[in-house]
Amino acid sequence: MYSTETTVVLLARSHRNVPAKKVIHPWPLRVMHWLNAVTIITLIGSGWQIYNASPFLPFTFPEWATIGQWLGGAIAWHLAAIWLLMLNGLAYLTWGVSSGHFRRKLWPVTPSAVLHDTWAAIRFKLPHEVGVYNAVQRLLYLAVIAFGVLAVFSGWAVWKPVQLWPLSDLFGGFFLSRVVHFVAMSGIVLFLAVHILLVALVPRVLPPMITGGHLEDRTSRP
Amino acid sequence: MITFNSSRRRLLGRALAFGAVSLLPGCDFDNAKHPDLADDFLRLMSGWNNEVQAALFNPNTLAPTFKPSQLTRPPRFNAFYDISQAPRVDTGTWRLKLSGRIGNKQSWRLDRLRALPQGSQITRLICVEGWRVIGQWSGVPLRHFLRAISADTRARYVAFRCADGYFTSIDMESALHPQTILALDFLDAPLTAPFGAPLRLRIPTKLGFKNPKSIVAMEVTNKWTGGYWANQGYNWFSGS
Repeated sequence: MYSTETTVVLLARSHRNVPAKKVIHPWPLRVMHWLNAVTIITLIGSGWQIYNASPFLPFTFPEWATIGQWLGGAIAWHLAAIWLLMLNGLAYLTWGVSSGHFRRKLWPVTPSAVLHDTWAAIRFKLPHEVGVYNAVQRLLYLAVIAFGVLAVFSGWAVWKPVQLWPLSDLFGGFFLSRVVHFVAMSGIVLFLAVHILLVALVPRVLPPMITGGHLEDRTSRP
Repeated sequence: MITFNSSRRRLLGRALAFGAVSLLPGCDFDNAKHPDLADDFLRLMSGWNNEVQAALFNPNTLAPTFKPSQLTRPPRFNAFYDISQAPRVDTGTWRLKLSGRIGNKQSWRLDRLRALPQGSQITRLICVEGWRVIGQWSGVPLRHFLRAISADTRARYVAFRCADGYFTSIDMESALHPQTILALDFLDAPLTAPFGAPLRLRIPTKLGFKNPKSIVAMEVTNKWTGGYWANQGYNWFSGS
């Protein structure tokens, strides 16, 4: 008899062998990915400029890494880009659920699969399978989605501590909302660092995020 | 009639209209000499954010109040100049000048303002920079004052001019909020020069820079007059 976890892993593996579509990344995902890239960079850069106006940790972000040039400009960029991020994020979540993308690509994530794939990745023995996310990727993608949602809600709490006081109270008040917002940003930045590092290590994954790519053309065994 | 607190259905159209009419010279986000596409975009979105904030504003939602033990001491001075430059106003000759859609435009002396019913509050002032302080202010609730001078409270804006050249304006809904007061006292004593003597606006439902100090004139108007910081690119509504 297999243990439950082994069964799940085996099911996940058998799942991986079923190519669902011909393209690696369907066009809605590509459009939303690059819109998200632009807005998230704008939000992080302008957010760092806003943080610099009243830092609560013993450092500020270097001026070259910020967006907006001054506080008023940074706030204007931040509160403009956030609408695109929220619309795009809603579209992504709606599409991810309704198209089955989340179910097929991000689920399941089991602790044993994460441990197994992390150990393999550390030894550079984790193969990149085209069109399939390994357990570490699944965990990172789910985590960054959670950090994004947390950033949006804590951001609303910082923006409207009086009108949205229940939300502000939920985060522990105005100052702690700022801290939670900062933590969410940090999570997103850490994800981006890993995300971009991995693309740098395996550059052939980049073109399909632009063109869509073809599942059957590529088999990958490093 | 289009009110400022317009329906959600109108939001986008009004934001677009706001963007179109607010292409003011000198209102620029980076380089005033080269207004560009980015500035137009940011101004449009700032107009949209004004409308969203007006829709979010609930006249019955009160800003949190605090205990005397939570007061920030010493109080924090903040202005666009050094504390030594704070305007010294002669309280004897000072008058609050009134203009615009007001029935009785007679100027007000300080003692007459003090004779009106006063309100007191311990509230938090949040600066657009991100820091916050807790202070105690007392003075004339603005909605009572607007009634006393027979102001048209269906007008859209209340605008303020200050002894130091600062100016700003607020929406009428926020002006009529019960915690919006024309403050005369700070920490149980008459306002001092750095903190806005002899009269300042205290509006805890908006960010700090919407709380003008050392007020010398007030206008009730339907014309959007912007503000010292709003004209430089900060969001005009700046609600909290």
